[in-house]
Amino acid sequence: MMNAIEVENITKSYGKGKIKALRGVSFNVQQGELFGIIGPDGAGKTTLFRLLTTLLLPDSGTATVDGLDVVKNYKAIRQRVGYMPGRFSLYQDLSVEENLDFFATVFQTTVKENYHLIEDIYKQIEPFKTRKAGALSGGMKQKLALCCALVHKPSVLFLDEPTTGVDPVSRKEFWEMLKRLKMQGITILVSTPYMDEATLCDRITLIQQGQLLQIDTPQQIINGYGQPLWAVHAKNMYRLLNDLRQHPQITSCFGFGDVHHITMKEDADKDKLLVDLAERGHEEVEMHPIEATIEDCYMKLAVSNNE
Amino acid sequence: MNENDIVIRTEQLTKRFGSFTAVDHISFEVHRGEIFGFLGANGAGKTTAMRMLCGLSKPTSGKGLVAGFDIHKESEQVKRNIGYMSQKFSLYEDLKVWENIRLFAGIYGMKDKEIEEKTDALLQRLEFSEERETLVKRLPLGWKQKLAFSVSIFHEPKIVFLDEPTGGVDPATRRQFWELIYQAADRGITVFVTTHYMDEAEYCNRVSIMVDGRIDALDTPRNLKQQFQTDNMDEVFQQLARKAVRKAD
Repeated sequence: MMNAIEVENITKSYGKGKIKALRGVSFNVQQGELFGIIGPDGAGKTTLFRLLTTLLLPDSGTATVDGLDVVKNYKAIRQRVGYMPGRFSLYQDLSVEENLDFFATVFQTTVKENYHLIEDIYKQIEPFKTRKAGALSGGMKQKLALCCALVHKPSVLFLDEPTTGVDPVSRKEFWEMLKRLKMQGITILVSTPYMDEATLCDRITLIQQGQLLQIDTPQQIINGYGQPLWAVHAKNMYRLLNDLRQHPQITSCFGFGDVHHITMKEDADKDKLLVDLAERGHEEVEMHPIEATIEDCYMKLAVSNNE
Repeated sequence: MNENDIVIRTEQLTKRFGSFTAVDHISFEVHRGEIFGFLGANGAGKTTAMRMLCGLSKPTSGKGLVAGFDIHKESEQVKRNIGYMSQKFSLYEDLKVWENIRLFAGIYGMKDKEIEEKTDALLQRLEFSEERETLVKRLPLGWKQKLAFSVSIFHEPKIVFLDEPTGGVDPATRRQFWELIYQAADRGITVFVTTHYMDEAEYCNRVSIMVDGRIDALDTPRNLKQQFQTDNMDEVFQQLARKAVRKAD
């Protein structure tokens, strides 16, 4: 199968080389794949999107989208990609309809021509089509932005943190829409800081400080965690966090809501730990083994990469 | 529960805009040092309820006590005894780190000398001392959020209201932020937080979930998960929020 995106050793820096946004990034995305880029603010996600949508030039390295070079064939690429930037990008003073018409016209097409692509999504915002984009709720804005990015029938869709600040119900709907677009053969590159969304991708890569740490399916990344993991709960979770971190047998400890996830040294004794916690005055202590999640993998990689 | 340990109490609190009831007779209590999650889909009435609790909007009917003051008659005292932070508005981007602290502390009536001493201590604790003269707009998002939270409790309020404080940050940064929240709660500051992220809801001692202006569920995350027979808060939220009749628009 042909690759929709090929990135080969791309670097990009700002401020005369002072800020290295991307330090030699390479990866491929297959046609029709839903590929996730997971990483913190400032890791280089947006720079990568701008390079691939031909809005920035790389310092070195090469990249192709739909087989076209991002530097030499930038005009042809722009016809074929849809881009939804992280910040709301629509015209706030234009209505829903006007925004959509505008984007269609810029790409020399009409809303009617590709209506089948956006129909599912547009139907949900159609009742508000005369409302100004600036007056829409977060979930509605996001649906409109997606329609505008799709109206010229792109073969590759770039979505930079599309669900930031959107409520859980709208987020779920959004990912269902992405699944349907994927089924129509559209390749999707999406970035997100949220781990529950990462598991919905075919493959993901974790990016940090301009470098890709790992590229694989979510399940393979989880399988590679490779260490027994425990969940610990007690009445006072803040004191528990501090006490666990200071315990000599514990190698890592992170808060996960109403439990903390810990890993221990190989020779560590669970019962001894429970005794130590009781001695420190912890009440209602519970501890049980658990399976790692993508978030555990992320925390492990993020920490080891920072050391 | 000791009466003095209740820092928020509402009874049948209601807000109508014309014929639309944004907040519909909500009654609940929040205790001292508690981390209370205030959840709901867009349009469920969270922001309207929170604005009333902060003394920014008058209730149509019902009662509310915040930090011991009546939100209807004593809204000025309410404002003075709370802290507030939101993702949308927190710090002035064009002011330096120390200038932001100075400005907000001054607004809350703190004395210059006290501000100076506490500023040094705060920056050291956050390991921000080198960024003292940095413009806030040059800080990474995660740092801004930590600083904004610290500024919002700089005057040691009884309660801090956090309105969607951590949108768009990665898990590592989000944890650092929640550890600051844990610390504040441990010192006795009550934390009232709205969030769209259900994994964050799991860090709260108790959460309430608003649907169509009402509070449809209120309990510890553990009990809610048990009640709805699921292992995560997202599922609890989806089950409740899908019952909503009114839409965000």
